[in-house]
Amino acid sequence: MTQPPKGARRAYGARTAPYAHPSPTTALERARSAPYFFLLPAAVLFLLFFALPIGYAVWLSFHKVEIKGLGLGKGAKSEVWAGLENYASALTDSEFLASSLRVLGYGAIVVPVMLGLALLFALLLDSQRVRGRSFARLAIFLPYAVPGVIAAVLWGFLYLPDVSPFHHLLEKAGLPQPDLMDGGPLYLAMSNIAVWGGTGFNMIVIYTALRALPAEVYEAAKLDGCSELQIALRIKIPMVVPSLVLTFFFSIIATLQVFNEPMTLKPLTNGIPSTWSPLMKVYNDAFTGGNIHAASATAVVLALATFALSFALLRISNRRTTQGASR
Amino acid sequence: MPQITRRSLAAATAVLLGATALTACGSSDGEAGADSGPVKLTYWAWAPGMDKVAALWNAEHPDIQITVQKQASGDDLVTKIITAAKAHKGPDLVQAEYQALPTLVSNDALADISDEVQGAEKHFAPGVWQQTTFGGDAVYALPQDSGPLMFFYRKDLFEQYGLTVPTTWDQFAETARALKKKAPKKALTTFSANDAGLFAGLSQQAGAKWWTFEGDTWKVGVDDAATKKVTDFWGGLVAEGAVDNQPMYTPAWNNALNTGEQLAWVSAVWAPGVLTTAAPDTKGKWAMAPLPQWSAGENATGSWGGSSTAVTTDSKHKAAAAQFATWLNTDPEALAALVKESGIYPAATAAQTSGALAKAPGYFAGQPDFYTEAAEIAKTTAPAAWGPNVNVAYTAFKDEFGKAAKAKTAAAFGEALAAVQDTTVNDLTKQGFEVAK
Repeated sequence: MTQPPKGARRAYGARTAPYAHPSPTTALERARSAPYFFLLPAAVLFLLFFALPIGYAVWLSFHKVEIKGLGLGKGAKSEVWAGLENYASALTDSEFLASSLRVLGYGAIVVPVMLGLALLFALLLDSQRVRGRSFARLAIFLPYAVPGVIAAVLWGFLYLPDVSPFHHLLEKAGLPQPDLMDGGPLYLAMSNIAVWGGTGFNMIVIYTALRALPAEVYEAAKLDGCSELQIALRIKIPMVVPSLVLTFFFSIIATLQVFNEPMTLKPLTNGIPSTWSPLMKVYNDAFTGGNIHAASATAVVLALATFALSFALLRISNRRTTQGASR
Repeated sequence: MPQITRRSLAAATAVLLGATALTACGSSDGEAGADSGPVKLTYWAWAPGMDKVAALWNAEHPDIQITVQKQASGDDLVTKIITAAKAHKGPDLVQAEYQALPTLVSNDALADISDEVQGAEKHFAPGVWQQTTFGGDAVYALPQDSGPLMFFYRKDLFEQYGLTVPTTWDQFAETARALKKKAPKKALTTFSANDAGLFAGLSQQAGAKWWTFEGDTWKVGVDDAATKKVTDFWGGLVAEGAVDNQPMYTPAWNNALNTGEQLAWVSAVWAPGVLTTAAPDTKGKWAMAPLPQWSAGENATGSWGGSSTAVTTDSKHKAAAAQFATWLNTDPEALAALVKESGIYPAATAAQTSGALAKAPGYFAGQPDFYTEAAEIAKTTAPAAWGPNVNVAYTAFKDEFGKAAKAKTAAAFGEALAAVQDTTVNDLTKQGFEVAK
């Protein structure tokens, strides 16, 4: 980037001077307040629909309901200050802990598999000798357009032994038929839905980054005798690391918030409890147990954990990428 | 120019969103004008065709006009009513399942209408009426429909395998075992962990009282002797493999009923409606018998489902609302319309043998006296005792008995019941109720 000579700027300012307001101070003030004015709509919307609800949730999380007598009829329930009581019980709740561990296990399968596949597909699509590129891109992306609930129902039918065509075929072939809706295989079944639905989106993000790389780099590499595989491993992957970091975050957040799939599959099997994932626990507390205060506390804990995890990972990856750059 | 367009667009969006937000906050319905003209009442219900039944009332009562707002059924509506009650924006009338009534009352959503509905009690079986009063003096709702439990079975397949229709639970177990011997791939029925309502009904039949109170103290009896008996019975059948352990209302279950893989279903009077969608190939092959009894000569059943009409505390016209609720659930014309339009099984005893229910449902064509028998069974419904956290107990049931059904051991069922009791008591204590230990 070449800096314009200093005089050029002044000349520009001088050129605009005739258009300026006669009183320079008010013009300056107006110019200063203008950004705030432009920010106003966004700020108002942010306060109304983001900060306010979050504030209310936090307020709720510090309160609880007190019951008089049998708790029936008018005035039997009143809202009182609870301090950190809700947080204490949220953090010591064995169901919440179990659901967090389940989701971590689920994430340990989903994130590497999904991002690995996304990267692989993106590299394949970006390679020189690929045919039907736009069709393949669309085909891989399409599952992302299927709503999570629909996807869960679709896969649920394929998993259920009595209606699954695969089970039918396995039975015909005399092979053992695994029950995918229970125990350990349930994690695979659930992860499969997420991988099926999420790979396309992540693939597009990585693929777009690949397309944005300058062609000269490849040419230079080829002249130096690089094979396609070496280009992929030594040039393409290191250059799309920022996209990989980005998709990694999306995936982590989506994993911690998993709700649709287990909720939809729950009625189909004995294997999914109503608090399978942390969000299901929050939903269950709020809308089945009617305890909005405890649910708010759990939600706040979950949000803080997501924040902490994201920032910690961001720190690590930043250090890595800057180190890589300085090397 | 493009900047200006964008700016005005942004401004317009902001104004629009702001306006929506404001209207959403302050959508007070013009209650000021309620004194003049006819009384206008809103009614939240999920029963299909309820608007047509309300139209009959509206035609006859120009001074009290009902608007039915169709709702989702079950737990969703309970949440919605509680939320509306908190905001004091509730409708005048709501349809509520019996087991949800204590929850709604404890959230101060339902009004005591005992003065407005005097004399309505005689229309209902005592076991049903008791569910709307919790055994006290207050009346929180009028019973609308009930779901007495019965035994539904495939008549053709019972004949094919030479099975007898069980009249006691011991015979039921024998029938299940006999079938397993003759056709190992088939099962008499399944123990489903995904619907606590059926289990509650079966426990009621055995004499269980899950929630009772004395003075200001609640007592939870989910693990009482009667329920333990029911748990051991079903746990034993699952453990020995005499019945299936997969949940109901899944594609797999539909398939099992439709192909005759399962021969029977312990269900409520509304079962014919479910069978039409779950097992379309089995029309006319079913028969109904009273629920098996714990000892021969006894005569009791439990109930599964059923709902009531309640007046909310937010209603400005409680007397008018109660008047409509009484008409809806006791008037012969209204009940006939409810049977026809909504397909309900009325709670009012007179209506259970009325002309509207003269013809047996299509799936039970071989049993022309279906509804006469059903009315006899309905009279024997044991009372139910609900408390303020039925939802929590039901969810705990699904989770714990789901685990037990998976484990397939009798011991796991016993543990599951104990866990449901603990969860229910702990939740009540945590919520701040006084609970007897």
